[in-house]
Amino acid sequence: MDGDHAACEGALAAGCRFVAGYPITPSTEVVERFASRIPLIGGVFIQMEDEIASSIAIQGAAWAGQKVMTVTSGPGLSLMMEHVGLAAITETPCVFVDVQRGGPSTGLPTLPGQADMMQVKWGSHGDYEPIALSPNSPQECFDLMIKAFNLAEIYRVPVFFMMDEVVGHMTERVVIPPADQIEVSERRWTKKLPGEYRVFEPAEDLVPDMVKAGDGYRIHVTGLTHDERGYPAMNAVAHDRLVRRLNEKIRVNADRLVDVREEELDDAEIVVVSFGITSRVAHAAVEDARRQGVKVGHLRLIIAWPFPRTRIGELAQRVKAFVVPELNLGQMALEVERAVAGRVPVIPVTHAGGTVHQPSEILARIMEVAR
Amino acid sequence: MSEDLHSLEGAPAFCEIDNPVMPYLRQDRLPHIWCPGCGIGTTVNCFARALTDSGLDLDKVAIVSGIGCTGRVAGYMNLDSFHTTHGRPIAFATGLKLANPELKVVVYSGDGDLTAIGGNHFIHAARRNMDLMVVCVNNFTYGMTGGQVAPTTPPGATQTTTPYGNYEYPFNLAHLADACGAVYVARWTVYHVKQLAKAMLEGLHKKGFVFIEALAPCPTLYSRRNRLGDGVDQLKYYKEKSVVRSGADTKDVPLGFQSEIVVGKFVDRERPTWLDAMNTHYAGVFRERYQPWGGGHAQD
Repeated sequence: MDGDHAACEGALAAGCRFVAGYPITPSTEVVERFASRIPLIGGVFIQMEDEIASSIAIQGAAWAGQKVMTVTSGPGLSLMMEHVGLAAITETPCVFVDVQRGGPSTGLPTLPGQADMMQVKWGSHGDYEPIALSPNSPQECFDLMIKAFNLAEIYRVPVFFMMDEVVGHMTERVVIPPADQIEVSERRWTKKLPGEYRVFEPAEDLVPDMVKAGDGYRIHVTGLTHDERGYPAMNAVAHDRLVRRLNEKIRVNADRLVDVREEELDDAEIVVVSFGITSRVAHAAVEDARRQGVKVGHLRLIIAWPFPRTRIGELAQRVKAFVVPELNLGQMALEVERAVAGRVPVIPVTHAGGTVHQPSEILARIMEVAR
Repeated sequence: MSEDLHSLEGAPAFCEIDNPVMPYLRQDRLPHIWCPGCGIGTTVNCFARALTDSGLDLDKVAIVSGIGCTGRVAGYMNLDSFHTTHGRPIAFATGLKLANPELKVVVYSGDGDLTAIGGNHFIHAARRNMDLMVVCVNNFTYGMTGGQVAPTTPPGATQTTTPYGNYEYPFNLAHLADACGAVYVARWTVYHVKQLAKAMLEGLHKKGFVFIEALAPCPTLYSRRNRLGDGVDQLKYYKEKSVVRSGADTKDVPLGFQSEIVVGKFVDRERPTWLDAMNTHYAGVFRERYQPWGGGHAQD
């Protein structure tokens, strides 16, 4: 099964029953599979008129009680940014799948890129904290998609599933476990009655309990700055209170959200930080370097946002350098630099996209740094 | 003002007690933001009347607005209400309706929101015959941002971004909705409160894409800038220049600057909704293996 199809199966296994999307290479196979699978499962696929519509139709469906997803690639993601902000401020659980290709603009539709990493973090106006996952295989497209839906439900933020063209179109064996072995987080519905319930009153974990339209709660949901009743509150105090909470609910849990895979870090003097398809190339480069006697390790970001700042900071106390290969001109390298805070060099291994790195390119930088 | 009113000892406690619209409003959100003489409140009155007469379970009615003066309607209604992004209420409402077909979903927004920035969503929802009632309060201008030219501004009218007068052709929204496939199209002004309330009542019971255009004065921006007087003067214009022509061909009902206004119910026809079409189609393809989505039926 290829990564796009596996991602769709992951979404179905997670309980997603509403998808709105618009065709765009190299992501289209995800919605094609959903459209073919959903009639007999029970749910809705609708091909909307554009990505703007897709990214808000899913939010309407989420407030009607469904688990929801939209699927796109770079140019569509740019159009969706408006509703990334809406999902953030209205705390609407939803998953945005981005099968990345080369950009800017129409760029390289059929070839890979990893250049949307900063866009998902900063692309919508205002301060918000999204979650972004970065699978590197069809199996992970299935497994991590379930995690993506679970995190969307738990934290009520937009969750990005950051594939790329290679992961999306790569065919590998995918093991789908029996349904009872799949851990699925359900939406946390309020136990309060109408009248007691306030739609944006946070629970202890800073995340409000939810209701859905039609339950008799007569909720108001707005993209304006609002108070706990959901009513517009046009002043600096209310704004500070809301925006800080929206960000804090992720920041206070950032350590719990860390998901990295570490290889050979115990004695490492050089750390390669990578994610997505590049992590497979980086793995090969690290093995080659080890064979040549270089003390190099590998830290792979499975969750890219929130960024594992604390962990990178710890490593920065004891290693000599970081090497950051990625299919862009140095996006996550900036984030590594922030965490490293000048203590040791951070060496990007940039690639504009269109194909993946050669392991030799990454190896060459490791060897340079090791000298 | 309310302080003064309450200090009048022995005066009758008026307004709050008997206004039949009050139960439909979020009273803790009043007063509203609309200017004196604005027509939006009048349309809300009509909508409340339509809800009363509809017999619908109001827990199952949701209202979705975009951005702008009319976009604030959702927030004042005592329903499940969603104040979304500029131009996108129809797309949001599409998801809401399809994910829970038992809901009656009303989109309530302005002409700029629905037909400029939201024009693409408008035409496609009408084409699909999405089961939504769309109320468009048309005041010929962008009120919230200070009176800029809209796709509905009549030629010759002056707005802040057409300081020497508008030279663009406007939309005839009734014709647009009709051409795109709406099953119900009506236009009234806020002078025609009974007819507007009745159209909304019919719209609430109609399955499919319902489009109701309500012409409303914007005395603060549109009228003042064009020296058309206040809200009352606009009502007089509506009264004097409106011609009821139900069943008129929508291509014959364009709106001009202070010219004749053709009002009435222009379209009332049957077409399968998007959801009915999907369910019927899949029942044909998959036979007994297919369970219709939305199981029960929407209130109608």
